[in-house]
Amino acid sequence: MDVEILARIQFAFTIAFHYIYPPLSIGLGLILVIMEGMYLKTGKKIFEHATRFWIRIFALIFGIGVATGIIMEFEFGTNWATYSKYVGDIFGSALAAEGIFAFALESGFLGILIFGWNRVSPIVHFISTILVFFGSLFSAVWIVVANSWQQTPAGFHIVGEGMNARAEITDFWAMVFNPSSVDRLLHVWIAAILAGAFMVLSVNAWYILKKKHLDIAKPSFKIALVVATIFSLLQLVTGHHSSKGVAKYQPAKLAAMEGHYDSSAKADMFLLGYVDAKKQKAKGLFIPGGLSFLVYGNFDEPVKGLNAFKPDERPSQVNAVFQFYHMMVACGMIMILLSLIGTFLWWKKKLFDKNWLLIVFVWSVLLPQIANQAGWFTAEMGRQPWVVYGLLRTSDALSKSVTANQVVFSLILFTIVYIVLFALFLFLLNKKITQGPVDYESKELIDEGSKRDNPIMSH
Amino acid sequence: MFLNIDYNVWWYLIFGAIISGYAILDGFDLGAGALHLFLNKEESRRIAINAIAPIWDGNEVWLVIGGGALFAGFPVAYAAIFSAFYVPFMIFLVGLIFRGVAIEFRSKQPMLWWRKTWDIVYCVSCIIIALSLGLMLGNVVQGLPLNHEKEFSGSWTFFFNPFGILVSITTLALFMMHGAIYLTMKTKNRLYAKLHILANNFTIFFVVSFVITTLYTLLYIPHLSDFFRGNVAFFIIPVLMTLCIANIPRQVKRGKFRYAFLSSSATIALLLIMVALEAFPFLLYSPQNPENSITVHNAASSEQTMKILLIIALIGTPLVGIYTGFVFWTFKGKVTLDEMSY
Ligand code: HDD
Ligand code: HEM
Ligand code: HEM
Repeated sequence: MDVEILARIQFAFTIAFHYIYPPLSIGLGLILVIMEGMYLKTGKKIFEHATRFWIRIFALIFGIGVATGIIMEFEFGTNWATYSKYVGDIFGSALAAEGIFAFALESGFLGILIFGWNRVSPIVHFISTILVFFGSLFSAVWIVVANSWQQTPAGFHIVGEGMNARAEITDFWAMVFNPSSVDRLLHVWIAAILAGAFMVLSVNAWYILKKKHLDIAKPSFKIALVVATIFSLLQLVTGHHSSKGVAKYQPAKLAAMEGHYDSSAKADMFLLGYVDAKKQKAKGLFIPGGLSFLVYGNFDEPVKGLNAFKPDERPSQVNAVFQFYHMMVACGMIMILLSLIGTFLWWKKKLFDKNWLLIVFVWSVLLPQIANQAGWFTAEMGRQPWVVYGLLRTSDALSKSVTANQVVFSLILFTIVYIVLFALFLFLLNKKITQGPVDYESKELIDEGSKRDNPIMSH
Repeated sequence: MFLNIDYNVWWYLIFGAIISGYAILDGFDLGAGALHLFLNKEESRRIAINAIAPIWDGNEVWLVIGGGALFAGFPVAYAAIFSAFYVPFMIFLVGLIFRGVAIEFRSKQPMLWWRKTWDIVYCVSCIIIALSLGLMLGNVVQGLPLNHEKEFSGSWTFFFNPFGILVSITTLALFMMHGAIYLTMKTKNRLYAKLHILANNFTIFFVVSFVITTLYTLLYIPHLSDFFRGNVAFFIIPVLMTLCIANIPRQVKRGKFRYAFLSSSATIALLLIMVALEAFPFLLYSPQNPENSITVHNAASSEQTMKILLIIALIGTPLVGIYTGFVFWTFKGKVTLDEMSY
């Protein structure tokens, strides 16, 4: 395989793995803020135990998020040297801002969040929790801005030619608020919050099924259900907005998302299906003219199709883009459905009566994860063959001095390391969850709890 | 130009300050990790881990900021350095991954075999991080063969030259000394006594490797000391540094570990200042064909970006300073273990 494909696989693999954790950190951050706020407001012990339980889970997730994130920071330089030189003037300031404004805030106060429970006053601890949450929100800002600039570049001019060409900033705020950044940032934030909310739903649904920790599990479930309902509905709005933006600024991507080839025809919107690349047609279950309606508010208007683009200026993996896109939308719809059923039953006071529903909720933690990955794969594969849309090709973005062997070496290295990490993560997460919230007040449980965590006391 | 200094030079200074901050802060975490296996009781190891647990992540962020700062200010250098050091850098990154998760995972199970395994992973990854960091630093200082596109044109075996290896070992020794001194500030009783001895031994280890590296440099890479021969006034810096280094064993002997820690921090900063002065204006020197070298002038971003970066740094640095200070203050004093500890 050539260096380009290998480097792309490596980038996709490492960032997709990284992206399992940040959304959970952001989403659980919000849940922690709510739970600790409830604890401070009501003074009820159950909220303290719930908060401290989720802090421990948060710490585990955060740790792996950091470890895998560091790789990403440098991977632009290792594999994509030409790209780094091309975009450095623009991209670099966003990355530097991310480090100094977001990560420093987040990582600094994380220490207090995890270890500070007995060292600072409850209010200071609460403020630290809020700051960690804000830090994680900010860290999404700059990286998504940078990525959005690649999708829809703005506020720059090109200097130099050929191998020495590079983009230079002309207008900082136009760069930051490029046409897609706001839509995509909101979409990513909400996606992250959903990841956290469904994780809390899933764990607590499991406790309720097992009739464990009921006094904590039920209120926690309800908190997460409120969050999930609000944000899954909002996600539909931001997703719709993103699609309109894509239609306007990246028509080739939009055409790939729905497998639409023929520019003279109205475009359909698929619910399920596949793209037959040979026949240049998508097949399956669709709403006739749906995409035309989405873009123009009119079911019969023709939409620019893939045939309007030169073969080397449009994505080649049309079916993959199509599938990822529909996977994301389907997960989104199921999340909306689930949260509405939950809310309805809560209103009917039957929320915890239906075992089948609780079982579905236990598995629902996978939905936002799948949607998150699928969403990025849609956005990134739909952007091909460009690294910077319309300006720089992926094949030109590589490091010249890096050989296929080196990339294979690092790919194998990371695959092994990540498999080990993921297995350990699941193992420890599982342990933490089965162990459940510890009652720090009751003497008996403290002894038991500290035996678990503290061999010195048990020796 | 800002205060009569070129933006590029400003950014060189800021980048240098960030890297020094990283070396001082993560230096003691890494050093504490590298000597971890010298502590043989479970309780000692646990205290040592908890001495850094609340802050190591904040310290590591300086590396992230440094990476961003290099990318932003000198994209050409960022591209060249990280693609050149592909193999050692990947090993460095894997080290960072395991250092982080070892701290996190170790405490999550009570079994002794579990903890012992993570102790080894933790210690070995800290050693690997320090060694690979030193190896890369040594090679950057000494220079690399670059082609006309300003990318590395050698093979990765090139990095294992005597100077690279010497700097690598010196870095490890420096961090171990720094880490041992840090831990003495955080511990009491028997563990304190043990760390006192370790701090002494690592100081000797550092001084010896430092002297060898310096002699090697003067004998075989004379161009690295050109700057000081040309600017005698700046001799004050190596002199100050020698005083700082000499002060460390003195303070260690007196048991004044706070002063010893300040001295070893100052040593790190002065060492890097010396390196920066010797290197300037080169970010990556190419001894084979100097016209391909990467300098603060030909690698820099546009002036507009440099201005933006300066603003970001001016707003961001005080903020980071304030909350780093607050967090350190919260966890000041000797380590005490409670139910939230690792
Ligand atoms: C939606 C948000 C988001 C996205 C798209 C990314 N990250 Fe990330 N990243 C985070 C949100 C985040 C986070 C939630 O803020 C993390 C997780 C744990 C943490 O410390 O911060 C994080 C950690 C994290 C760290 C470690 C920071 C530390 O030491 O505290 C680095 C260096 C990066 N990321 C870099 C990247 C790069 C270069 C990305 C893309 C190419 C990327 N992240 C995608
Ligand atoms: C419910 C209907 C949804 C629609 C119509 C929708 C639409 C879109 C569109 C059009 C994009 C591509 C944007 C671009 O390339 O610029 C996108 C990307 C993305 N989606 Fe969705 N989405 C939906 C639901 C979800 C859900 C539920 C999640 C996760 C929980 C999610 C996560 C993502 C992510 C992470 C991206 C990549 C970042 C980005 O490009 O914004 N989406 N979505
Ligand atoms: C965090 C979630 C993200 C995921 C899951 C993701 C996924 C992917 C995937 C699948 C590819 C390979 C595309 C292909 O080869 O067809 C890719 C490439 C790439 N992405 Fe992303 N991406 C993410 C975020 C970002 C961000 C935030 C940036 C920039 C700041 C970024 C920049 C790039 C670059 C430079 C490449 C390599 C060149 C290319 O193939 O286009 N990605 N990413």
